[in-house]
Amino acid sequence: MPNNSQEQLLHDHNHDGIDRRGFLKCMAWAGTGALCVMQGGVLKSLSLSALPSKSAPPPSGELTFVQISDSHMGFNKAANPDVVGTLQAAIHKINALSSPPEFLLHTGDITHLSRPEEFDTVDQILKSAVTKDVFFVPGEHDVLNDDGKQYLDRYRKQPDGPAWYSFDKKGVHFIALVNVLNLKAGGLGTLGAEQLDWLKRDLQHRSRSTPIVVFAHIPLWSVYPEWGWGTEDSAQALSYLKGFGSVTVLNGHIHQTMQKVEGNVTFRTAASTAFPQPQPGKADSPGPMKVPAEQLRSVLGITDVNYIKGHHALAVTDSSLA
Amino acid sequence: MSAMRISLIFVMALVTIAVVLGWQSVKARSAKNAPATVNVNIDNFSFGPATVTVPVGTRLTWINRDDMPHTVVSVNGAFKSKVLDTNDKFSFTFSKPGTFEYYCSVHPKMTGKVAVQ
Repeated sequence: MPNNSQEQLLHDHNHDGIDRRGFLKCMAWAGTGALCVMQGGVLKSLSLSALPSKSAPPPSGELTFVQISDSHMGFNKAANPDVVGTLQAAIHKINALSSPPEFLLHTGDITHLSRPEEFDTVDQILKSAVTKDVFFVPGEHDVLNDDGKQYLDRYRKQPDGPAWYSFDKKGVHFIALVNVLNLKAGGLGTLGAEQLDWLKRDLQHRSRSTPIVVFAHIPLWSVYPEWGWGTEDSAQALSYLKGFGSVTVLNGHIHQTMQKVEGNVTFRTAASTAFPQPQPGKADSPGPMKVPAEQLRSVLGITDVNYIKGHHALAVTDSSLA
Repeated sequence: MSAMRISLIFVMALVTIAVVLGWQSVKARSAKNAPATVNVNIDNFSFGPATVTVPVGTRLTWINRDDMPHTVVSVNGAFKSKVLDTNDKFSFTFSKPGTFEYYCSVHPKMTGKVAVQ
């Protein structure tokens, strides 16, 4: 039964005609770990709480991966004095999935203060994950003091190359965008002309039936600009994605799950593994939100993604650490 | 009392008043020129006060009272702090007049202004 803290996870901005009551019910279970699988527009749900055995796995497809976000290694204030423990709990959750993910996406704010020991600790904890393949994008907390030099030295794909990149897995094209560098006063996240130009060229000759997954730290849709929850030049990026049959955008930064569907694009934000933040406008500022200790893990989480070939939308499940 | 004594008292009173007035004036002049220190608190993702007006020579100190790290970066390049965690401070002395807009480079919606006169 959903309790009050799990209702905080319910932000349904879905306007694609799916039965709202059915979908909302499924989302309510997401806090305790329900697998909501959309296959060809039909919503199926299964409870994850019993962790189905390998002999009866839930529907999975050709590709499974997990998104984690906002581990804020180094944070130690009241909202969560043990971000190491909660990140480890997230890895345990990943390792317990009956379909092991092929890789992980970390959508940024890996560290809290961009300190080397914070990066080291996260790398150490990730070593215990069932998959060693991890793709990162930086959050604004990862590029403090040095314009991201440390982040780039650790995670950049090509030495002296840009922070953004793309790769392919089983026919799905993944695009890692960076929108936390060169932030201007009073502004939102920003991609910049050079990255937008690269994105345009990256997509230009791809078949429109290629499923695309874009991941970046700050949301690429306008969640709540007053709190900086948006990206100034994302409209241009999205214009390059028009015409592709299946586009999924995965973001972090806001420390709560949200979903929005616009035509062929599904936008989703992930929970943090460190601490929750308030819903848009429900507090003075987007800072760490304290919840009773026994509720903390129910508002932190991971996102499990399944790609089933031939299906329009990826099957995406948010589960809490409770 | 003799006329001379009255005159003497009168002159001494005048001298005393002159000295006191002169001293007050010197004191007032140096108070006006002494560099002041002004604090700006960073809390709840905002600078408080968001706008300050200070005389030339003021040393401004920003103190982070928030539970998230912030920075203080001027738009025109005059000053730039390292990242400030809770209770960290950053100071800058404004030796020239002007208007200095600044923001937090981590949370750029946080903006402030220093008017130096």
